[in-house]
Amino acid sequence: MKKTLLAAGIAAMMLGATPVMAKTLVYCSEGSPEGFDPSLYTAGTTFDASSKTIYNRLVQFKPGTTEVEPAIAKSWEVSDDGLKVTFHLRDDVKFQTTDFFTPSRMLNADDVIWTFERQMDKENPYYKLANGSFEYFNSMSMGELIKSIDKVDDHTVKFELTTPNAPFVANLAMDFASIHSKEYEQQLLDEGKPELANQQPIGTGPFQFVNYREDAAIRYKANPDYFRGKQPIDDLVFAITSDAQVRYQKLMAGECQVMPFPNPADVDDMKQNDDVNVLQEAGLNVAYLAYNTQMAPFDKPEVRKALNMAINKQAIIDAVFQGAGEVAKNPIPPSMWGYADEVKDDQYDPDKAKQMLKDAGVENLKMNIWAMPVQRPYMPNARRTAELMQSDLSKVGVDAQIVTYEWGEYLKRSSDTKRDGAVILGWTGDNGDPDNFMGVLLGCDGVGGANRSQWCYKPFDELIKKARTLDDQDERAKLYKQAQQIFKEQAPWDTLAHSTVFMPIRKEVTGYKIDPLGGHSFEGVDIE
Amino acid sequence: MFKFFLVKLSQLVPTFIGVTIVAFSFIRLLPGDPILLMAGERGISAERYAQLKSQMGFDRSLVVQYFDFLKGLLHGDLGNSLVTHAPVMNEFLSRFPATLELSLFALTFAVIIGLPAGVLAAVKRGKTLDHSIMGISLTGYSMPIFWWGLLLIMLFSSTLGWTPVSGRISFLYFIEPVTGFMTIDSLLAGDWGAFLSSLHHLILPGIVLGTIPLAVIARQTRSSMLEVLGEDYVRSARAKGLSNFRVIMVHTLRNALISVVTVIGLQVGLLLAGAILTETIFSWPGIGKWMIDAISRRDYPSVQGGLVLIAFIVMIVNLLVDLAYGVINPRIRH
Repeated sequence: MKKTLLAAGIAAMMLGATPVMAKTLVYCSEGSPEGFDPSLYTAGTTFDASSKTIYNRLVQFKPGTTEVEPAIAKSWEVSDDGLKVTFHLRDDVKFQTTDFFTPSRMLNADDVIWTFERQMDKENPYYKLANGSFEYFNSMSMGELIKSIDKVDDHTVKFELTTPNAPFVANLAMDFASIHSKEYEQQLLDEGKPELANQQPIGTGPFQFVNYREDAAIRYKANPDYFRGKQPIDDLVFAITSDAQVRYQKLMAGECQVMPFPNPADVDDMKQNDDVNVLQEAGLNVAYLAYNTQMAPFDKPEVRKALNMAINKQAIIDAVFQGAGEVAKNPIPPSMWGYADEVKDDQYDPDKAKQMLKDAGVENLKMNIWAMPVQRPYMPNARRTAELMQSDLSKVGVDAQIVTYEWGEYLKRSSDTKRDGAVILGWTGDNGDPDNFMGVLLGCDGVGGANRSQWCYKPFDELIKKARTLDDQDERAKLYKQAQQIFKEQAPWDTLAHSTVFMPIRKEVTGYKIDPLGGHSFEGVDIE
Repeated sequence: MFKFFLVKLSQLVPTFIGVTIVAFSFIRLLPGDPILLMAGERGISAERYAQLKSQMGFDRSLVVQYFDFLKGLLHGDLGNSLVTHAPVMNEFLSRFPATLELSLFALTFAVIIGLPAGVLAAVKRGKTLDHSIMGISLTGYSMPIFWWGLLLIMLFSSTLGWTPVSGRISFLYFIEPVTGFMTIDSLLAGDWGAFLSSLHHLILPGIVLGTIPLAVIARQTRSSMLEVLGEDYVRSARAKGLSNFRVIMVHTLRNALISVVTVIGLQVGLLLAGAILTETIFSWPGIGKWMIDAISRRDYPSVQGGLVLIAFIVMIVNLLVDLAYGVINPRIRH
């Protein structure tokens, strides 16, 4: 009898019989989170699992856009001198109640101040615990930018800045600025286990943490106290599946309903599948080839422009991006405000390029093209791109050699001001602000660092710096458009491509929106 | 026997020291820097870089770092992961049962199929069955694991829908770890559905990981059987008029097993190596997948600690095999 029952049980499993459950959405995530405190990390995988699900910020990017909208702060105002930003907080925001924490009060100004103090106040126990390793906060220079944070009343917080900074509010929509519960973290400190904040997170977000099985799955359930109302799905599971091919198989088998980062080669097949919808959107990114403008002959704009004209960018889009991208002409993507559509790109014209090189006195040029060793969201295959460039350049008499290094080494060496040749690299936006591209990647401050063309051109730099201090977005957009004209004339880069982001989801999933900033959020997502 | 044990044990010491040197230097020989990888395109200021390097202890000489590692190791402290900041030992121990469960399942599968297949091939030597078994086992041995895994997933999971694509248990179940073995823990929790689900999830990765050991065991059993079948005492047994079944099962197989047991023991190392690929394909949350992630992030403490622990386990298993061999065959004790 027992044997019969066992056989029946196994048969039932084979037939896919499963217990009845609440409405569960399974997301085949691409990797394991490093932890659950978003202030400590910089990886998108970690943010998806922490800040996008469990936490909220003062402000947020409107879903599917880079527009900043209210979140925990219902409104804010910036003083005339741009040095004071005052946030008015909602009074109906409650931290999550879980097995390990029950909040005794609603969110207030103390939590907001605590969130930033723990990342900048050397005396804060969490600052000490992390040894100040708040890399995103640091890399956005928030510590230098924020002079003080004051509690005006329980629901009003005032930030005083050291210098006017227009992108500041957008920065606060970024993951590192997720609001932590002071009450919870104090409780952990009192219990002598502050590190649990990174393992058992408490936030105010749409989902609350249930448990994490290392490298296997993260479970969340809908936060019943969420200030925008309970989510349509009851449970959310991140099934960690690092191989893109396996993610696709799981999606087809219905073991998960949403998967990120498909293999570009699989996208066409996915589009043919009746059970799958492939969402797509232009990513907020750019891939570029940066010349070292401090080294001859790349110090001459006419040489750089000639090389740009020798490279057939459309061929790269067709062969490397397999159509999943568009030719870039500006350093910022077209979906970003301030994009200068009137800029004319240097057209592919090998004959003219050859002539221009001759006119500039450049003959028998030998150069290196640096190809990244890794695939990035903005560049599916740098090696192949470099090979196409090499072939194009040989047609105008330039002998290009392809070099590559291990990724960390590549990033380090390519920053060197004495580096040779031209580097293939790219960028994905952090906060939807043009300054996050043009200021970081092309400003004089970035030379020897993120500015891989080592290009410090005063007329451009002054425009960028001025735009950073203005509050009026239209005024700023005008300055950025002028800056893009100068950029095109000076050509420190060959702007290569803006890639397309694909997101395959099963047909029964509704309400999913692609985040142009590359995150994955399940707020408002339902299963029919 | 005790002396034999001591000799074998003392041989482990230099091997273990060698392993620590290899594990320590291996990850450092690879180009790449954990801090630069973490910073990505965003970059990091020279000042902050130096600060982080000092915090992680990488500004000290390699010799000092090595002896620090060795000192920690003797105290059972492998340091903390650079990524998760959790103790490496905890990270390893929380994942190792998953690898062990999969490896044991794979080994059981390999033995259950490989042993009879080898016996059959030996008995039917030169016949079609022999050629077929040996042909299939050679194919299995030469199969790239990654390709084989994907092929099985496409057929059994995507097309036929018989097995899950990946993972360790259905997400509908959450079993609190007690032993870390999902099958045992689900039984301890009294959840029959979870037990069946965990068995169901073991099938494909178990087959994939067990394929190469299966081929090795089948081939070893065959050649060992053939060797014993040619012995005088087997001929005597036959001459006495014993049944063919009895000659093979009692007189031949039992003696042939000695070398097969050694080969099975040696498979443990191969299983752990094979687990790295199998776990990656099947999203199996064991040490293989963990090591791959740690290597790609240049998480020095995790890689060196993980390598030492894996090597330690392989060494212990080999010691046990040596001891078992000594028990079976007393002549080699001397």
